[in-house]
Amino acid sequence: MRLRTLLDKVVGPDSAQKGTGHWWRQRLTAIALVPLGLWFMISLAAAGDLGYGSTVAWLARPLNAVLLSAFVLTLLYHSKLGVQVVIEDYVSSPRLQAGGLWSSLFIHLLLAMAGVIAILRISVGGL
Amino acid sequence: MANDDRPLSPFYHYKPQLTSLLSFAHRLSGIALSVSAVGLVYWLLLLAEGPQALQRLEILATVPGQIVLAGVSLAFFYHLNNGIRHLFWDLGMGFELTRTYLTGWLVLVATLLMWVVFWAAVTDLPASLL
Repeated sequence: MRLRTLLDKVVGPDSAQKGTGHWWRQRLTAIALVPLGLWFMISLAAAGDLGYGSTVAWLARPLNAVLLSAFVLTLLYHSKLGVQVVIEDYVSSPRLQAGGLWSSLFIHLLLAMAGVIAILRISVGGL
Repeated sequence: MANDDRPLSPFYHYKPQLTSLLSFAHRLSGIALSVSAVGLVYWLLLLAEGPQALQRLEILATVPGQIVLAGVSLAFFYHLNNGIRHLFWDLGMGFELTRTYLTGWLVLVATLLMWVVFWAAVTDLPASLL
């Protein structure tokens, strides 16, 4: 069964805007965040000590560095999608809304870069 | 002319219910977690910088710092549990009124349980950050 409208066939993908893609990505990232989030909290709880030495040693293990990068990137993507909905819902002025959406996008991109560079630096470089 | 008999938007006169409160809390905890993501990345940057830089997290060992960490972790567990509830709804499951209330209470109990277990395991954690 095809749910696409004839108009959609003519003008291109998606509905009026980009609702389906956004909805789907929010769910995919949510599903990924269930195991990643639990892993992160269990790691924190199991660490016992979050001092510099033990945390750096923990991140020096490649699997931990990979999983933490995945966690940080996925949660930032999920956060970007969520903040976008909140801004679209509550900021009615088109100008402020656009400004908010762009700011949120840039802040999330910046955090993603900073997070990955920090993890790389700790796990590969700084030792 | 103003007409006082006009029906009000549901927003004004709905009684707070478990379902609406949980829905509100999902969005609120989501926003709180988005803000907390800045803290997570900041922590990683300080770790990358070195042991001296990590001293800047001293504030987390104070009482207000502990309250913030307790709140963030509560928001995390709540958003995780209620997010799973949302994923089941996406599969078309659990829409019956009794079910939405049952899963709502389940989410609250699971959240509280995970939060308590987490903090029982990490009592010394904020202090050990330094």
